[in-house]
Amino acid sequence: MPKRTDIQSVLVIGSGPIVIGQAAEFDYSGTQACRVLKSEGLRVILVNSNPATIMTDPEIADATYVEPITPEFVEKIIAKERPDALLPTLGGQTALNTAISLHEQGVLDKYGVELIGANVEAIHKGEDRDQFKTVVEAVNAKIGHGESARSVICHTMEEVLAGVERLGGYPVVVRPSFTMGGAGSGFAHDEDELRRIAGQGLTLSPTTEVLLEESILGWKEYELELMRDKHDNVVVVCSIENFDPMGVHTGDSITVAPAMTLTDREYQILRDVGIAVIREVGVDTGGCNIQFAVNPEDGRVIVIEMNPRVSRSSALASKATGFPIAKIAARLAIGYTLDEIPNDITEQTPASFEPTLDYVVVKVPRFAFEKFPAADATLTTTMKSVGEAMAIGRNFPEALNKALRSLEKKGSQFSFVGDPGDKGQLLAAARLPTDGRINTVMRAIRAGATAREVFEATRIDPWFVDQLFLIKEIADELAAADRLGPELLAEAKRYGFSDAQIAEIRGLREEVVREVRHTLGVRPVYKTVDTCAAEFAAKTPYFYSSYDEESEVAPREKPAVIILGSGPNRIGQGIEFDYSCVHASFALSAAGYETVMVNCNPETVSTDYDTSDRLYFEPLTLEDVLEIVHAEQQAGPIAGVIVQLGGQTPLGLAQALKDNGVPIVGTSPEAIHLAEDRGAFGRVLTEAGLPAPKHGTATTFEQAKAIADEIGYPVLVRPSYVLGGRGMEIVYDEARLSAYIAESTEISPDRPVLVDRFLDDAIEIDVDALYDGTELYLGGVMEHIEEAGIHSGDSACALPPMTLGGYDIKRLRASTEAIAKGVGVRGLINIQFALAGDILYVLEANPRASRTVPFTSKATAVPLAKAAARISLGATIAELRAEGILPSSGDGGTLPLDAPISVKEAVLPWSRFRDASGRGVDTILGPEMRSTGEVMGIDAVFGTAYAKSQAAAYGALPTKGRAFISIANRDKRAMIFPARALVDHGFELLATSGTAEVLRRNGIEATVVRKQSEGTGPNGEPTIVQLIHDARVDLIVNTPYGTGGRLDGYDIRTAAVARGVPCLTTVQALAAAVQGIDALGGDEVGVRSLQEHAAHLTAARAK
Amino acid sequence: MTTSTRGDRIPAVLVLEDGRTFRGRAYGAVGETFGEAVFSTGMTGYQETLTDPSYHRQVVVMTAPHVGNTGVNDEDPESKRIWVSGYVVRDPARVSSNWRAQRSLDEELTAQGVVGISGIDTRALTRHLRERGAMRVGIFSGQAIADEAVLLAKVQASPQMKGADLAAEVATTEPYVIPAVGTRKLTVAAVDLGIKAMTPQRMAERGIEVHVLPATATLDDIYAVRPDGVFFSNGPGDPATADHQMTVLRGVLERGTPFFGICFGNQILGRALGFGTYKLKYGHRGINQPVQDRSTGKVEVTAHNHGFAVDAPLDRDSETPYGRVRVSHVCLNDDVVEGLECLDTPAFSVQYHPEAAAGPHDAAYLFDRFVSLMEGQRA
Repeated sequence: MPKRTDIQSVLVIGSGPIVIGQAAEFDYSGTQACRVLKSEGLRVILVNSNPATIMTDPEIADATYVEPITPEFVEKIIAKERPDALLPTLGGQTALNTAISLHEQGVLDKYGVELIGANVEAIHKGEDRDQFKTVVEAVNAKIGHGESARSVICHTMEEVLAGVERLGGYPVVVRPSFTMGGAGSGFAHDEDELRRIAGQGLTLSPTTEVLLEESILGWKEYELELMRDKHDNVVVVCSIENFDPMGVHTGDSITVAPAMTLTDREYQILRDVGIAVIREVGVDTGGCNIQFAVNPEDGRVIVIEMNPRVSRSSALASKATGFPIAKIAARLAIGYTLDEIPNDITEQTPASFEPTLDYVVVKVPRFAFEKFPAADATLTTTMKSVGEAMAIGRNFPEALNKALRSLEKKGSQFSFVGDPGDKGQLLAAARLPTDGRINTVMRAIRAGATAREVFEATRIDPWFVDQLFLIKEIADELAAADRLGPELLAEAKRYGFSDAQIAEIRGLREEVVREVRHTLGVRPVYKTVDTCAAEFAAKTPYFYSSYDEESEVAPREKPAVIILGSGPNRIGQGIEFDYSCVHASFALSAAGYETVMVNCNPETVSTDYDTSDRLYFEPLTLEDVLEIVHAEQQAGPIAGVIVQLGGQTPLGLAQALKDNGVPIVGTSPEAIHLAEDRGAFGRVLTEAGLPAPKHGTATTFEQAKAIADEIGYPVLVRPSYVLGGRGMEIVYDEARLSAYIAESTEISPDRPVLVDRFLDDAIEIDVDALYDGTELYLGGVMEHIEEAGIHSGDSACALPPMTLGGYDIKRLRASTEAIAKGVGVRGLINIQFALAGDILYVLEANPRASRTVPFTSKATAVPLAKAAARISLGATIAELRAEGILPSSGDGGTLPLDAPISVKEAVLPWSRFRDASGRGVDTILGPEMRSTGEVMGIDAVFGTAYAKSQAAAYGALPTKGRAFISIANRDKRAMIFPARALVDHGFELLATSGTAEVLRRNGIEATVVRKQSEGTGPNGEPTIVQLIHDARVDLIVNTPYGTGGRLDGYDIRTAAVARGVPCLTTVQALAAAVQGIDALGGDEVGVRSLQEHAAHLTAARAK
Repeated sequence: MTTSTRGDRIPAVLVLEDGRTFRGRAYGAVGETFGEAVFSTGMTGYQETLTDPSYHRQVVVMTAPHVGNTGVNDEDPESKRIWVSGYVVRDPARVSSNWRAQRSLDEELTAQGVVGISGIDTRALTRHLRERGAMRVGIFSGQAIADEAVLLAKVQASPQMKGADLAAEVATTEPYVIPAVGTRKLTVAAVDLGIKAMTPQRMAERGIEVHVLPATATLDDIYAVRPDGVFFSNGPGDPATADHQMTVLRGVLERGTPFFGICFGNQILGRALGFGTYKLKYGHRGINQPVQDRSTGKVEVTAHNHGFAVDAPLDRDSETPYGRVRVSHVCLNDDVVEGLECLDTPAFSVQYHPEAAAGPHDAAYLFDRFVSLMEGQRA
C-alpha cells in the first residue's frame, strides 16, 4: 500500500535552539524527514527558530519559517500555509508539546490539519506517567512480562510526603511529567532533598505533576528503538545497554550498542514487551524509544518510560546501525509500510528487518562543568551533558578507547602512568557517578582493586568491569615488554590504544610510536557499517577503523576532499560548525569532487551517511586523521583536506597535518598561526595601521601584573588558543589577577595568558567575510546588543547593524580586508571589533568558519560556507558571483535599506544546573561563553525581530503587568528612557529603594519593594524574591553590580529562572526589549518564510 | 567472579577449502575439526545456536564479535549437546555475567570437545563466504597445526554437505513424550530430524501432548500414537537425501492428517508435493530475517537456519497430487520460499523457526494455526 494521496502539504516542527537534552540530533532527524517528504512530492512547510540548523536551509523545505516555536506563531503559519498535515514527532519534546497545545486549543481542527506520525491519545499514553503505568499493566496482562516501578503520582507537596510512606521510604526517584531531557528529576535520600527536588519538579511540570518511584538504583539499564507501520509491522532497530547502571540519565551515561550482557531469552522478553508497549500506546506509524531496568539479581524487568517520537537515542541508534529511523518514520507517516521502503545501505533488502551488528558502538557524554564551577557535577536522572562522541570498533575496548579520545578533553583517555592513588579512596569516589568516573575506576583497578570491589562500588556490570581489566592488562604488557614488537603493538591497537597512550606508557614520543608502527606495517583497516553484518553487500561507504585484516575502502577516480568535522558538541563549538562542514560537502560535491567527511559526533547531519560520498566515523585526533588520509590516498587522488570549517578541533590539527605532508587547502596553517598568535597578529595589525586594545602576553603573575599596571584595570585575561572564551575573565584588581594566574593550569611558554585592556561601554561588532586572495566579500556585519565584555556567543546581535552608518561599514570593510590580506586568508574569516570613542579596535580575528556563519547566511540569503569551501579549492569570488553562489553584485555590507532585520539571541542552560545544596547557578553573562544554542528572530523592523527572538528563546516578552527594575549605578542614566517607556505601555514599576529614588527624581513612579537581604517586612511585606516566586512579577531587569554585591541579584536572577520570568541583565537588553514590547503592542505580528525574505532581498538587490 | 589473566595463547589456524587461511588462537578444545563453514548473524543466543542439531557438521562463524558474555546455563540449550563441529568467534568473553550463568562458554566448549578459533577477522571470513558461498573448512590448533598445504589437503578430503544424510545422526533413537502443559487437548506425532527443545515446548504450552519419534519412524509408528496431527522438525543435511521421510509424509498427506513442518520439515513437504530443493549460496542464518506472510501482507522478523530451500513458484498456485499448493511465506531479502500451504489438504510448513530459540517470537502464531487446523479436522 503506497503513500497516501490525500496529503499534499506537511508542516514539520523543529526543536528550536540547542539546549541540554535537545540538541543537534533533531536537526539530523528533521533534515532527513524534510528531504524525504520533499522527494515524495509533498510541499514541506517547516518552522524552527534555530538558524544554525541544516533543516532551516531554504532548499530543505518549500517554506521555511524561522519563527518562534510557540502555539501562537505556529498557528499564524498554519493560517497562512494551510497544510494538510502536521508531523510533530521529529522535533523533540518542543514539537510534541507544541502540537498538543495546538490540538487542545482547537487550532488543528479549525484549520483541518491532521496530526500524522502520532496521535494525541498515543502521545498522552506514552508521556503521561499515570497513563503509561496502565499501559504497562495491560502489557503484563497480555504477555506476562514487564511491570512498572512501584510509584505514586503527586500534585502537591503533601501528596509527595505521604507518597514516600506508601513506597516504603527513601531513597525515592522524583520525575516531573512532561519535561524534556528528564528536567527536574532526581533522587531524594531524605525529606530535605525530597522537598527541594519535588518542589522544583512541581513547578517545572506543565501539569504540576510529579511521580515518586521506588528506587531501582544500580540495576542494569537498556533501551530499545522500535518502529511500527500502519500494518502493525514492528521492528527493533537497535538495543542499547548503559555502561552506567540505573541512576544516571541515559544522555549522561556511557552507552553501548548492541546490548552486551543479555541472553537471548532475556533480550526477547525486552523485545516482546517493547512491541506490546508500542501497540498498546498506539503509535501507529513511526519510531519510539523504550527504556528498561533489569534487576541483575533475578532479571526482573521494569519498563521505565517510552518516548513516542524520534529521540536522541534514535539518532544514536541510526548512526550505530545505519538504519535511518527519522527518514523511515517520515515515510511511514505518509502511508508507506516498512516492507515497501528499501534499506538504503544494501539497496536490495527492505527496511522491514532488524539490523545486526558485527561491531560495537560506544557513546560517551561530554560535559561542561568547567563553565559552571558552582554547579553540582554529580550525575543524576537530570541530563547535564552538552554533547557526546560515538565510536565504532570491532570490540568493546577498541570502541571505548576511541570514544574516550574522541571527547577531545584533557584527561578523558585512560592513563597508565604515575601513581594511581589510594585504592580505597578511588573506590569511594567511584561510588558517586560523575563526569570521568570511568577514569576513576581505571585508577582504582591500577591501584589494585578487584573486579568484585569495582562492581560493589559502582554496580557496573561485571562483564564491562572485566573489559576494563583487560585494557589494564594490555597496558601492563606494554609497560613490561622489552621492546615494542609487531605482535604486542598490533594487540594493543586491537584494543583501541592510541599511539599517544602507547607512547606515554613506553616513555616515547607519539611520533616515534607512529613511525615504529608504520615501519612494522601495523595499520588500521576500514570496515563498513552495513546493517547486516556483511550478509549482503553494502552500497554505502560508511566506515570505521579497526586493527583487523581486511579493508573495505574501494578505489575511486574523482579527486577527493576530506572535510574534518567538529567533534562532540560543547559550549562554544556546536552545531554551527557542523552546518559549515555539511555545506562544504554539498558545495564540493556539486563542483565535482568526491567528498569525505570525518567526524565522531552522532547527533549531527555531517555524520549522516547521506551527506557526503564517504563517511569515516572516527575520532578527530592527529593519529586517526593521518590514517584516514593514508587510506584515502591509497584509494585515489586527494585534492586536499579542509580544516577551516569544523571550529577549533580541526584547526588545532592543521599544522601537524601539514608537517606530516597532508595537503591542507584554504587558509594555510601558517596563516592560521598568524591570526592566533598574539605577537604575530599584532604585527599584522601594525602593518595595516589598525588599533587593538592595549595588551600584552604573560606566562607568570609578575609579567601579567606589569602589563595590567601599565594599561590599567579592568583588564580582560584569557589563555591563548581557546574557543568559546574558555577561562576568559574581566579582572578588576591585582588580587584577582594573582588568583587567576594561580588557578590557570594550562599556562606555559607555548600557551601564554593574554592580558587586554577591557573596553568598557564599547559597541561590539562581529564581521564574517570571505577572502580569495584578491577580493573581499563582506558576508555580514553584526552589532551586539550587549556591551563589550560579554562573550559574542552569549550576546544578542542584530544584522544589519542597528546603529552603524555607512562610514562605519566602510571602516569595517577596509579593516577586514587589510587583516584578511595580511593574514593570508583563503576562505572565511571572522573578526571581532569594538567601537569605543569612535575608535574601531580589533579584538580578535579567526581565520575559519565562525559560530555566526549560519546566522549570517540566513539573514542575508547567501551560502557563505559553500562559497568558503569553493574558495579553499581555488575558486575566486568573481567566479562564485558568476555561478550564482554569491550575489552578482554587492555583499553583506551593502544590504538594501528595506532588508529584513535579523536578531540572534543566545540560549543559556541556567535551569539545568544546581549547586551542591540545590540552589540555582547565577545567570550573569560574562566573557566566558556559556550558551548552548541560539535562535533567530527575523522581521521588517528591529523591535519585532527582537521580540520574536525573545519569544523563541525564553518565552514571550510581556506587554503589560509589573516590571521590577534594579540596576547598577553605572547603568542608571541609561535606564531612564526605557523605564519611562515601560510606564507608557502601562507597566507598573517595582524597584528597590535606590533605583526607585533615581526614577522618582526623573518623574517616574515606582513602587518600592524590599530587597531579599532586608527580609520580610514587619507587616509581612514580601521581598522581591518572594514576589517573583508568587508569580507577581512579569519582567525583571537586574544588572550586576560590578564584581561585588552580587548576592541580592543572585537570588533575584535564580528566582527568575526558576519561575520562568523574563530577566534582562544588561541595560542594552532592556532598551531592545522596550522596542520589542512596542512592536508587540502595535499591529499584528506576522510570519514570513525565509524564501519570501530571500525573494524580497534578491529583488531589492537587483534594483 | 574471577578475572582470568591473559595467559595461554595457543595458536590456531582456520583453512578454507579454497585455500584462504586465517590465523588466530585456540578457543574451546584444542585439536582439529572439519565441517561446512557457515556464518550466523544473531547477536544473542549462542547457546541455542551451538545446541541446535541443524548445525551438525557445520563450523559456525559468529559475526557478532563478543561471544560468551552471559556464560552457559542448563536452561537454554536446544538439545542435550553442542552440535556444531567447530566454532569461530572474534572476542570470546573472559568472564560470565548473568544471574543464570552456571559456567563459562569456554569451559563448555572444552568439556564437549568442540574445537574453536578466536581472534580472527570474522567479518573478512563472512564476506568471503558470502561471495564464494558456503564451503568446507578445517580448524587446527596446538599440535594439529602443520604445513598449510597439508592442512588444505585434509580440508579438501573432508565430506561435503551436499548429499549428506544427517538427520538420523542427530535424532533421538527412542521415542519419548513431552506432556501437555495443563489439560491435554491434542496429540501430535513429531518426527525428530534434529528437533530443537523449544518446538515441542511451544506445542505443549498449547495443550498438545507431543510424541517425539525417531527419524526412522514409519507411518505405522506415527499412527500408533493416534495423533491429531503430524509434525516434521528441522534438521541437518541435504533434504534431497530424505527419501524415507518423504515417503512417510506422502502417507500422512494421503490420509489427510493435519501436518506442520519446520525447516527440514518444510523441505520434505516440498519434496513430497513434487517440488525440488536446492542449496543456497550461503544460506540464511540469523534472527533478523524479514518474512512476509503472503496471505496477510504482514512482515515478521524471524529466526533462520537453513542452507537449502524449496524451489516452488511464487507467482501462482501449483497443482500437485495433493491438490493446490501456495507459497505462503517468502523472505523479503531474496525472495526465497519460506513457507508452503496446501489448499486442499490440511498441511503447511515454514522454512524458518517459529519456535524461535534463539530469535524473535513474531511467528509463534503458526503453532496456533496448527492447533486450529487439528481442531478443525476433528470437529
